[in-house]
Amino acid sequence: MNEITEKSIRELIEGIKNKSFSVREVVLAFYNVLKKQETELKSFIHYLEQDLIEKNLQELEKKATRGDKILFGIPFSLKDSYCTAGIATTAGSKVLEGYKPQYNATVYQKLLDNGALLFGKNSQDAWGHGSTSENTDFKIARNPWNLEKVVGGSSGGCAAAIASRMVAFAIGEDTGGSIRNPASYCNITGLKVTYGRVSRYGTIAYGSSLDTVGPMAKSVEDIAQILSVIAGYDPFDATSSPEDVPDYTGNLKKGIKNITLGVPKEFFQSGTDKEVVKTVRDAILVFENLGAKVIEVSIPSIDIGVAAYYLLAPSETSSNLARYDGIRYGQARDKFTLETMRRILIGTYALSAGYYDAYYKKSLKARTIIKKDYQNAFEKCDLLIAPVNPTPAPKIGEMASDPIALMLSDIYTLTQNIAGIPALALPCGFTSGGLPIGMQLMGDMFKEENILQAGFAYQELTDWHKRKPNL
Amino acid sequence: MIEENFQPIIGLEIHVELKTASKMFCGCYADWFGKDPNTNCCPVCLGLPGALPVPNSKAVEWCVMLGIALNCQVPEFSKFDRKNYFYPDLPKGYQISQYDKPFAINGYLVIPRERSESRNPSQMRVSISKLKQVERSLDFARDDKGKVIRIRRVHLEEDTGKLLHATVDGRKCTLIDFNRSGVPLVEIVTEPDIRSSEEARIFLKKLHQIIRYLGISDADMEKGSMRLEPNISVMKRLKDSKTQRLKKDLPQYKVEVKNINSFNFAKKAIDFEIERHITLLKSDEIPTQETRGWDEKKAVTYSQRSKEEAHDYRYFPEPDIPPVRWTGNQILNIKNQIAELPDKKKERFMQVYGLSDYDANILVETKEVAEYYEETVNQGLRTKNQKVTPKIIANWIINKKIDISNVSPEELIKTIAAKTQVAQVDQKELAIIVKKVIIANEKAVTDFKAGKKASLMFLVGQVMRELKGKGDANVIRKLIEKEIQ
Amino acid sequence: MKTPKLSLDQVKHLAKLANLPSNEVLLKQLQSQLESTFDYINKIQSLNTEKIPETSQVTGASNVFREDKVDTSRILTQKQALSGAKNTYKGYFKVSAIFDNE
Repeated sequence: MNEITEKSIRELIEGIKNKSFSVREVVLAFYNVLKKQETELKSFIHYLEQDLIEKNLQELEKKATRGDKILFGIPFSLKDSYCTAGIATTAGSKVLEGYKPQYNATVYQKLLDNGALLFGKNSQDAWGHGSTSENTDFKIARNPWNLEKVVGGSSGGCAAAIASRMVAFAIGEDTGGSIRNPASYCNITGLKVTYGRVSRYGTIAYGSSLDTVGPMAKSVEDIAQILSVIAGYDPFDATSSPEDVPDYTGNLKKGIKNITLGVPKEFFQSGTDKEVVKTVRDAILVFENLGAKVIEVSIPSIDIGVAAYYLLAPSETSSNLARYDGIRYGQARDKFTLETMRRILIGTYALSAGYYDAYYKKSLKARTIIKKDYQNAFEKCDLLIAPVNPTPAPKIGEMASDPIALMLSDIYTLTQNIAGIPALALPCGFTSGGLPIGMQLMGDMFKEENILQAGFAYQELTDWHKRKPNL
Repeated sequence: MIEENFQPIIGLEIHVELKTASKMFCGCYADWFGKDPNTNCCPVCLGLPGALPVPNSKAVEWCVMLGIALNCQVPEFSKFDRKNYFYPDLPKGYQISQYDKPFAINGYLVIPRERSESRNPSQMRVSISKLKQVERSLDFARDDKGKVIRIRRVHLEEDTGKLLHATVDGRKCTLIDFNRSGVPLVEIVTEPDIRSSEEARIFLKKLHQIIRYLGISDADMEKGSMRLEPNISVMKRLKDSKTQRLKKDLPQYKVEVKNINSFNFAKKAIDFEIERHITLLKSDEIPTQETRGWDEKKAVTYSQRSKEEAHDYRYFPEPDIPPVRWTGNQILNIKNQIAELPDKKKERFMQVYGLSDYDANILVETKEVAEYYEETVNQGLRTKNQKVTPKIIANWIINKKIDISNVSPEELIKTIAAKTQVAQVDQKELAIIVKKVIIANEKAVTDFKAGKKASLMFLVGQVMRELKGKGDANVIRKLIEKEIQ
Repeated sequence: MKTPKLSLDQVKHLAKLANLPSNEVLLKQLQSQLESTFDYINKIQSLNTEKIPETSQVTGASNVFREDKVDTSRILTQKQALSGAKNTYKGYFKVSAIFDNE
């Protein structure tokens, strides 16, 4: 049974096909982990009861033959910011307590159409506001590697569920690092896609020009599989891209000979944990051995990126959260947490008369500069490599009371959202204390293919991603 | 001695509901009226979590079309913006509208200069010659093009839901229906070039006519598919009677009036406000800058809860919708979709069919009548009946209250042809009358011989008068010419 | 540019614009948090953005429209539309009485 939860999605599908095991055995294997670990890990705000899952599986079996559903029976979970018709959706906030959406998010619909089985909705920082999943109105998710450490955020529950093997994959949401940060703290793989690569329709919005919908799983191979299902143009999302969806899984093994890997020097600033720096530099050596050419590059605007992000995102969120007035759904606005109210007020101030030019407009200009910095770097190299978090997972409660420290801890993940470029977080080592360390590979817009190829090559040679926590 | 006089300064803000098939940002019906509450909504127009807007291409085209019809420039770059405020009928807590880059800017409309009386021509019963006299006095001089009212902008936005005030279980409450939420609205804003309620009324009628011609909206003020908010101030002008110099005291305020749902109420409300402002200004008071509502029963405006501070809408570019960039070709394509507009049609009717300005005006009032008229004229040409001239057809349609939805152009032609059989005139009698008229009008004869063609027509008119309208004008003309030689 | 200190009145005004509760204890907490946040955010003023255009959209896209067609697949039934609301009446959403405004 344990073995099943270690398998890749491809192996699961093949195993079910050639009858090494049944789909029910797969579902049960993962669900048993959930039953065992969830009370401790609190990775779900809401999960489906076993008999409901059984019922859903039966309906699935009635409707289609296995063959035409490429994710048939594969258990997954969604960050609770995705609308799932008839299933409680809260975005981690009491303001949406009791709300059951009347429609499905496109990403959810696509997974359903391909036969995947929803286990539940994961814990998160409310509305995406945070990077530790502590800013929640529900239970705080725990890091399976060390229950006293934060799981990361804001898609923390997703990372915990995958790391503990409760589900085969999850869909998180990354606005400033919210997929990559918890992936890195929990030793799993997570992809922030190019802005517009995956439809945002049905995703509870945080920062509309920054939000991305992305897969989280145990390996790059799994990521590629899920991406090929969820990527693509959606007529319900005017910002979704008509760019062709390449064969992400088919081209995975292309390898990385002759690519140039850029190391942006500003991503290794003092203040970054020494073990983090060493581990990522070791990973760079692996790439060199694989045939990559390594050069140093510069993204000078990374520092100003924090200020720009904390103007752009709160401004958009102050507007996106205006619809939660308790009239058509949800509870009253006094149920917002202090952190959310803070962000709403920051945004309101930045957009207000007399301040718009100095703040919001200025951040739109900063975005132009940041985007140009990445463009310049990608003229010199194919991919960039850097740490995800400056430190390994802090203790629960350590940062919650220091908003500025919290802001600064996102420094390595914010600018990619501002620029819209894709970035893949993957495990690359551990601290001496046994805490996971993650690195990220970044590419230019719509270069997910190249990033996944590089990540895949790395995971063929290393086995960090195969380690699992002692639970 | 100082004389005070007061000049109203009026600008208009008009909202027009487009009659597209679907809403502005989603696929719900744009035709929302009369449906059961909240049965015409989807995640987008209900503002559900996670929903996203996608703009309706036809609504965008029609907005640009209206801008072009109003002589606006269409800038190459345009975008949508969020207008943020809270109100129960606004489901997202912001309205998607346009702020600094609207679809059309800097246009104008020419309105005929104010007339002191309005006429309802279909009620007039005068003979043809009397009509011609009246025509001549009503024509405004061909080189006076009328008054220009500048149009600042034409932009596109979405409508809100509807609020209903009610009492439920003894308690006052407000009910909300979102069927209308998201319907496309075009907003037209004029410069404050209007100087009277009559000018405002004329402008509105003209705008209404153009909108109906374009076929983009029913623009029915009573049904709410055309809404008006005049902005009114009154400027004090002090004229020193000695020096005749005018000193203008620019108004330090303006008042917005809402809840007007007919052209006539618009006129009344504006007149009421002007009076009210003048009274205040005369006692050296400045009217409060505020929004007022029109009470049609009491025929007064009343103050609506005035806001202590102006709204801060915190406009910013709508991140969920990419901007619009036009190519010259695209704008040309939209322009080419515009069928002949009333002013052009009127000019053409006058030139091609020889109609007077007055008659042409009446015939082009609505597109339906204008098209009916031309169709009838074409029918007339086909029958080759020379008696059924465009002018005669015009007179029939204008004066005889033809029900154009019941009488087909073919039927009308037949009717006219039957009734305008030229009455037979005795040739001998005609010859005598011609001679008589020539003798009685020496001056006209001399003038005609000197080259004044109009004098000939005068003589023809005199003969027809004798014949009490009978006789063929062409035949008579030839006879007179022959006689004079 | 150093942020001018945010007065409690300013914070109250912002809370009003944002339709957030105006409980004074809460606002005082937020006031100090806002001040320290903007102290940091003001770093952005050091960025030279003269002649730099704004980027509102990273998609680079333009003219994304939908055809003017009715899409019945997304239209909700009245029951669905009202399903999330606490207060409804005969098919309407219900709130306490609003007086003439906006």
